[in-house]
Amino acid sequence: MKDDLKGIGTSGRPGRGSKAGSPSQAARSLAGGAGRARGARKADAPIDARRPDPVETDEAAARRHLRAVDEDEAPNREEPPQEATADIDPEDVAAAFAEGAQRLMGTDWQATVSAVVGQLRRRLAGNYQVDEFGLDPEVLDLLALLVEPLAESWFRLQVRGIENIPAEGGALLVANHSGTIPVDGLITGYAVRKYAGRAIRPLGADLVFRLPYVGQVARKMGATLACAEDAERLLTTGELAAVWPEGFKGIGKPFSERYKLQRFGRGGFVSSAMRAQVPIIPVSIVGAEEIYPLIGNIPSLARLLGLPYIPITPFFPLLGPLGLIPLPSKWIIEFGEPIRTDAYPPEAADDPMLLFNVTDQVRETIQQTLYNLLVERGNPFV
Amino acid sequence: MAQVVLVTGAAAPGVALAARRIAEAPDDKVVAVDTTLPSDDLGSVKFVRADIRTPVISKVLAVEDVDTVAHMDLAPMRARGSGSATKEINVIGTMQVLAACQRSDTVRRVVLGSSSAVYGSSPRDPAVFKESDTARGGTASGFAKDIVEVEGYTRGFARRRPDVCVTTLRMAQWLSPHFPTVLGSYFANPVLPVPMGFDARLQFLHPQDAIEVIARAATEDHPGTFNVAGDGVIMLSQAARILGKPTLPLPPIGFGAILRRTSHYMGSDVSPGVHRLLTYGRVLDTTALREIFGYTPQHSTHETFEWFAERLRPGLLHVLGVTG
Repeated sequence: MKDDLKGIGTSGRPGRGSKAGSPSQAARSLAGGAGRARGARKADAPIDARRPDPVETDEAAARRHLRAVDEDEAPNREEPPQEATADIDPEDVAAAFAEGAQRLMGTDWQATVSAVVGQLRRRLAGNYQVDEFGLDPEVLDLLALLVEPLAESWFRLQVRGIENIPAEGGALLVANHSGTIPVDGLITGYAVRKYAGRAIRPLGADLVFRLPYVGQVARKMGATLACAEDAERLLTTGELAAVWPEGFKGIGKPFSERYKLQRFGRGGFVSSAMRAQVPIIPVSIVGAEEIYPLIGNIPSLARLLGLPYIPITPFFPLLGPLGLIPLPSKWIIEFGEPIRTDAYPPEAADDPMLLFNVTDQVRETIQQTLYNLLVERGNPFV
Repeated sequence: MAQVVLVTGAAAPGVALAARRIAEAPDDKVVAVDTTLPSDDLGSVKFVRADIRTPVISKVLAVEDVDTVAHMDLAPMRARGSGSATKEINVIGTMQVLAACQRSDTVRRVVLGSSSAVYGSSPRDPAVFKESDTARGGTASGFAKDIVEVEGYTRGFARRRPDVCVTTLRMAQWLSPHFPTVLGSYFANPVLPVPMGFDARLQFLHPQDAIEVIARAATEDHPGTFNVAGDGVIMLSQAARILGKPTLPLPPIGFGAILRRTSHYMGSDVSPGVHRLLTYGRVLDTTALREIFGYTPQHSTHETFEWFAERLRPGLLHVLGVTG
C-alpha cells in the first residue's frame, strides 16, 4: 500500500480499519509502526511509566523505530533511520565519553590521552633512544606500572634500609636468590626504583639472554650478562648494578633448604667492585622462597632442554598455567649497610684470599639478616 | 713525504671512495687492485687489475714501490654471497697480501679493514666489546670464522715484521643508500624477517666516517686495533619502525636458513652469519678510536640509519599511513 493514498471521509486518516483495535496496513506504515509496537509492548508499559528517565524513553523510542524499520516492507525507507540518528545525539555520546574519561583519568584527562597517543605514535615511528646495553626507559616505566600491584598488594612488600643506597655514583647490590623464577630481581628493581628513585642494572646468567622473549625484555629493563666486562663498565660509569651470586644453585634449591645461602659464586662480584672502587650493598630478600615452593625437579628433561632445572611445585605442572600464579607470601627487602671497597687498592682485586674473605663477609651479613627478618615476619602468608 | 698506497678490493664502491679520499693528499700516489673493474670513477687513482689470491700481488708491490698497503678486500665492504669463493678471497687473499708485504723492503705500513664480526655474536657476549675482548661464540663458520683467521694471520705478520706499523680497523656494519652493504640489502626487503623473541642491538657506520678512518690509518702511524662504529645503538625492532616496514617473526632455531630463503624470494641476498647478528646483536666500544687513534665519529648510529632510511623507498606501513 502507498502511504500517500488517502481515502475520502476518513478525516485525513488513510485506509480502512477500526481505529482502536486493528489499524489498516496503510495506517500502520504511516504511523511508523507505533500502533503495533505499543500493542506488543503493553506488558512493558507500566515499567516505563514508573521510570520517566529521559534516557530510558529515548532508548525506548529508538527501539520502537528500529522495530518499525524491521516490520515495514516497502514504504518510507528513508524516514525511520533519520529519526533514529536524531535520537542518538553525537554530542551526547561525546559528553558521555568525556565524563567516563574524566572519572577514569581525572580532570586533565585530555592531556593524559594526548600524551599517551603522542607517546604511542612516537614509539611506532621508532623515535626513541636506548642505551648501549639496550635499556629502554619507557619500557622500564611500563614494567614498573605492571609490577606495582604485584609487589604492593600481592606480596605486601616492606622495604628497609633504603638510605643505604647512594643517591648517585656506582654501587653493587648483592642479594640472595630464590623462588624458582627470578621474580626477586624484578621486585628488587621495583623497590629501588620506587624508594631510591634509581634504576638497577641486574646482571643475569647467559641462559636469560639465550631464551627468546626473556632475554629481549631483560635487556630492555637494563639487565646485562653477569661478566666482569659488563659489571666493571656499569660500575665505573656510576650505575647501580645488582648481582645474585648464588645463581641457579640459589634459585633452584628445594623448598626444604629455603633461606640457606648457597656458595656465592667464585667471588667475581667482589673483584669487580674493588676494581671500580664502589661499595657493596648486601640485600636480604625474604618472601621470594615461598612464591613457588620447589618440591621436585625433572633433571633428565632439563638436560634435554638445556635448562638448569624443570621445577615441580605443589601447583605446577598439576594446575597448568594456574600453577604459574605465585603464592601470596609476605615480602621484606632489607638493604644492608654498604661494605666499602675503596679502603683497598684496586690491585687488591687480584688477591684471591682477600676476595674470599670479603665474599664470606657479604654472605654472612645477608644470612644473619635473613634469619632476623624471618623471625620478625612470622607466618609467611598472613 | 710522498707515499704510495696500495688499496685492495677497489671494485667495491666503499673501497673506491676510500681510495679516492687517500689520493686527495697532494703528493700521495694510490694504486688500486681488484679482480673486476670498479664501477665507480676512481679519479686520480691508478687501477691495476690483479688477483690478490695469486703471487702477482708481490710484483705489484715491487713495481709500484708501495710503502703502505690498505687491505680492504674483505667481505664487510661488499654484500657478497656465501661460498668458497668468498673464503678464498678473504683468507687466501689475505695470506698472499701479507706474504708479499713480508718479502717487500718498501712496505712500512699495513692497514687491515677488518670487521666487528670478529667478535662473533652469542648470548654469552658482554654487552659492549672492547678491542681486548675475544669472541665467545658465533665464529664457528661463515664470514666470522674467516675474519678471525685473517686477523690471526695479520697478528702473525706483525710479530714477524715488528718494523711495519700494522693497524687493524674493526668496523661495524656499513650502511649507505648509495651502494649495497650487508645490512643495507637486508633492510631493503619489503618485509623484514626477524628472529622471534629477540631484539638485537645494532650499530652502524657511516661511510664518511669509515673512509676518513681508513684514510688516516693509511697516511699516519696508528699501530694497534681499533673498533670503528657510530655512537649509540638502534634496536632491530626500532629500525623496522623507522623504515615503516612490517617484521616477520620467525622461529630462532633455523632462522639463518629461513632468512636466506625468504630474502631470496624477496629478491635480495643475505651474507652468511648475519642471522646471528640479527639475533644477538653486537655493540662496540670506540673509546680507543677517540683517545688513541684520535678520531671521533661524526655520525651516530641513529643519524646514519635515518640518513639511510630517508633515501630508501618508504616502507609499507608508512605508505599505508599506519606510522610516520
